[in-house]
Amino acid sequence: MPLVYAGVCSHAPGITGRADQADPEVRGAFVESLDGMRAAIEASGAEALVVVAAEHFANFFMDNMPAFAMGMADHYDGPIEDPDWLRIPKFRAPGNRDLSQRLVTEVMQTVDVAYSEEWLFDHGIAVPLHFLTPGYDLPIVPVNVNCQGPPLTPLHRAWAFGEALRRAADAVPERIALVGTGGISHWPATPDSGKVNEAWDRDFLDRWCRNDRQALLDYDDLTVYAEAGQGGFEIRTFLAVSAAAAGAPGTVRFYAPIPIFAVGCTVADYDLHA
Amino acid sequence: MSLYAVQKFLYRLNREPDLQGRYRDDRDATLAGFELAGDLSDDEVAALAGPDVGYLFHLGVNGQILMHFAAFHGIEWADYLQRMRDGIAEHGPVREGVYAMTGYDGVEAHATELGHRPGGAGA
Repeated sequence: MPLVYAGVCSHAPGITGRADQADPEVRGAFVESLDGMRAAIEASGAEALVVVAAEHFANFFMDNMPAFAMGMADHYDGPIEDPDWLRIPKFRAPGNRDLSQRLVTEVMQTVDVAYSEEWLFDHGIAVPLHFLTPGYDLPIVPVNVNCQGPPLTPLHRAWAFGEALRRAADAVPERIALVGTGGISHWPATPDSGKVNEAWDRDFLDRWCRNDRQALLDYDDLTVYAEAGQGGFEIRTFLAVSAAAAGAPGTVRFYAPIPIFAVGCTVADYDLHA
Repeated sequence: MSLYAVQKFLYRLNREPDLQGRYRDDRDATLAGFELAGDLSDDEVAALAGPDVGYLFHLGVNGQILMHFAAFHGIEWADYLQRMRDGIAEHGPVREGVYAMTGYDGVEAHATELGHRPGGAGA
């Protein structure tokens, strides 16, 4: 079936872990937009959710770091973090090994993707799922793009990966929803945590909504690091979704810096039927 | 001295409950049994056993790895950030990697500038 949903959202651990420290009104509007994303995914009739994440050393380390990896298991456990710190209880999310295998097989036709039958979720996936599938009743296909351990996955390869994901999603009979999580600009887990370059974020989201491939690939890591922090490297997940959306126009449903969450909180999606 | 070995230990500790149990019982013995123990300096072993979050940040440990390690030790968020600042003040700038400090007025000043109200319990 053709891809039924494509969107992006933030995943910072403070969104759940420090929920009570944010302005209740601003946080409420953000959560409302995440609820809207959940409703849209449910309305799409999705039978599986592919989550393109930028994991934080939950599964992969510099002893064997893939540029791309996909999970291929019937279930996934998380979070690896202390549940009291993240304020997400330990959970087991369903997977679909057979579906993953078919998706991986198709992606491999153009992109060398690693696969793993063992995969633990950290906040990069656990936080989005907390809002998008709170009952853990939708099979998940986890995906990782290396945004953490340099040398990082090149942006144009993240784009090619997104195109391959779309081709794979369209080729299987199941209805597939796709969500990318990450960034945008932020300096997470440093003493500068909370810093956000709002102007940079808004310019990026403008490019994302126009689904302007040339503009979205017109970044380099040195500039991103200087202007958007090491957290900005996670734009790779957003780019993969843009490529998968194949030119569809996007809409920002929510954007606001929430400093205690350490990121400009974002919810956006593409209109795949435009 | 090996930042790679320091981070490898933390990576494993962050994701392996069995290793977490052994570390809780006897930090020094667990570190001595680590497969890359021979690559760790005495200062690095002491920081991993401490834990000395500030020194580990100074060494260049990836912030994501360090954040999970701090959470494992039950270190509150504000305390975690302060320990990193203290580490830089005591030992100097981050030695290597991409998790250096770049300058920031802090969350409270930033939230005020944005017109946000303070959070409330149960929000």
